[in-house]
Amino acid sequence: MADHNHHAEHAEAHFREKHLMLDPLPRGQMNDMVMEAMTEKPTWKFWLIFGILAAITAYGLFYSWGVMIAEGLGVAGVNRPSYWGIFLVNTVFWIGISHAGTFISAILRVFKAEFRRPFTRAAELMTTFGLVQAGFSIFMHMGRVWLSYWLMPYPNQRMLWPNFHSPLSWDLLAITTYLLSSTMYLFLPLIPDVAMARDRSTGWRKSFYKVLALGFRGTEGEWAHLRNAMNIFAFAIIPVMFSVHTIVSWDFAVATRPGWSSTIFGPYFIVGALHSGMGAAAIVLAVIQGTMKHMKYFVRAEHFDAIGKLMLIISMAWAYFFFNDYMVQWYGGDSWTDQLLHFHEYGPLGWMWFAMLICNVAVPWLILWNARWRATPWLIATVGIIINVGMWFERYIIIPVSLAINRMPFTWRLYEPGIEIPLGIGTLAFFILLYMAASKLIPLIPVWEVQEGQMAHELKKFGRETVVTVSELE
Amino acid sequence: MATLNDLKISEIKLSESEGGKWGMVIDQDICTGCQACVAACAMENNISFVGEVDAGYGRSMHWIRIERFWEGEYPEVKMTPNQPMMCQQCGAAPCEPVCPAFATVHSLAEKVNLQVYNRCVGTRYCANNCPYQVRSFNWRDYERPEPLPNQLNPDVTVRRRGIMEKCTFCIQRIHHAQDQAKAEGREVMDGEFTTACAQVCPANAITFGRMDDPQSLVSQLAKRRGGMKMHEDLGTLPVVTYFKGG
Repeated sequence: MADHNHHAEHAEAHFREKHLMLDPLPRGQMNDMVMEAMTEKPTWKFWLIFGILAAITAYGLFYSWGVMIAEGLGVAGVNRPSYWGIFLVNTVFWIGISHAGTFISAILRVFKAEFRRPFTRAAELMTTFGLVQAGFSIFMHMGRVWLSYWLMPYPNQRMLWPNFHSPLSWDLLAITTYLLSSTMYLFLPLIPDVAMARDRSTGWRKSFYKVLALGFRGTEGEWAHLRNAMNIFAFAIIPVMFSVHTIVSWDFAVATRPGWSSTIFGPYFIVGALHSGMGAAAIVLAVIQGTMKHMKYFVRAEHFDAIGKLMLIISMAWAYFFFNDYMVQWYGGDSWTDQLLHFHEYGPLGWMWFAMLICNVAVPWLILWNARWRATPWLIATVGIIINVGMWFERYIIIPVSLAINRMPFTWRLYEPGIEIPLGIGTLAFFILLYMAASKLIPLIPVWEVQEGQMAHELKKFGRETVVTVSELE
Repeated sequence: MATLNDLKISEIKLSESEGGKWGMVIDQDICTGCQACVAACAMENNISFVGEVDAGYGRSMHWIRIERFWEGEYPEVKMTPNQPMMCQQCGAAPCEPVCPAFATVHSLAEKVNLQVYNRCVGTRYCANNCPYQVRSFNWRDYERPEPLPNQLNPDVTVRRRGIMEKCTFCIQRIHHAQDQAKAEGREVMDGEFTTACAQVCPANAITFGRMDDPQSLVSQLAKRRGGMKMHEDLGTLPVVTYFKGG
């Protein structure tokens, strides 16, 4: 009998160590941990990195953009026939990054995947900040950005409207909708956490959280309303997310260009977006766990393991769509497409095409099948970086490399980036900068969501077996 | 007052049989490739000179260009016939639906493809979607040192950085001829005026005129056997007919 008890205790301890949901702490203590992680005095390293990123943002993003507005797009590398270059590559890339946020937060919430709980906020922040960079990239790309408001449908005396036939008009509407709804969706689950922070802080922080918390006190009625709103948003934002990247893919798919007019671009782009987005989520989680206080309790091996599995599945889906797109175009027999496909593989940027396949398929498939490797934060973050490099290459191949070849061989010419490089690095620096600032201003861990999950989970004993049970809360 | 809503869709549609109002015939066999049309077009339409560096990077601005290729392997190489390329004024132009600002539109009166310079915001989608790659983008504000400004054509807008431009079939000349004819109470006669490129061509390789008038020289020439429209398979309904090897 004693032996049995010992065995059961051992199993229980094992469960608790492995799963955050089975390892509850007193609520007050957990709240304090999250508060401490946020309000902890930033180290000199934090300020050094923050300063460097701020300098890169100021130079790369704002100064370079100013130069480009003053001088014209001539300072960039875009030319005939590659009229779209790294600006559009980065737009697609950042919208892709933003997709994992909604995927993790909304889809996993709707399907009640319990492992999502500690990192939904981190993912939602990625969505909003990623979309900000996408917005920067697309506005930079315009020849006369000071007239960009003409793309907005506003009533005017001359009855001039934007052209709703143009995919760029759809883009504007879709991205704006996505930015607004994802910001609201970020804000809603934040309310209980900022209310918690308001009750535990003083000074400017208190006034800041007081405004953000909208007077949330945690009454039964307030929770019911909040749950309703979050439920509606979680379901409603999923089709928005699907439509955004489909519409981005239509920018290319509806064009009369070899290599672009492909009917499978919609789902192919969505899977590609999730691929880079999940990779980015892995990087962000590893950084949070490695650098912030108390995060080893909230972010555990099980979370990296779960993200790793998703990355592996999405990598397979990406390979499936890539092969579909490639094979159908190949068999299409159009001579221009044929030349383009050869140019992709054997052209001057052929190395990029092969690197894309290695980064997006070979590396994830070789590493992510192993549970121990999946659960290693630095390794999975490295895989995340590699996948993101691969996905950036993919967009680079689809946009400027494919544009180099068209139906008028007289105009064929390869694209060489110019000021796009500092501008692109500037958006990356700005993304990290916003993230660093947010980590000090809002609770990065949705504490209430973790506590709710821990309440629902229970270890029960059936005979000799220790079993995990989850109760339905809603 | 007539508003945009009064226009019926049927009026806007261009049927294949219609084939546009103005058109062009280019005889590649007599084209000498002298580039006089390129120069004349630049003079007539106030096209910027982009300079050596930008031109070397593929940013030269021309509304018409002469294309020529090597054929065969060295040393057994032949030159292909010269091929002047300009906007084909497509009846179903791929550039038009993709512009988010309606900066490139079809003219109902002249049935040519217009570029509205002051409406262009510079997304460059039209240029990407042009199968003929005949659009030019103003990558910078290009300098026009003295005394070049004295040479500017007052009938044509001078463009600034960040906007797209392309061949207009010298629409200022079309309008001038129409105004003249109207003042004299008659129709525009065939051959009364022509585009800058056609006017200057020493070999008469370019003929311009009314395609909807079966008696006009250009429609007579276009009806000959062996005419070819560029990338006809795309269904863009171009109004420029090429002849070669005849």
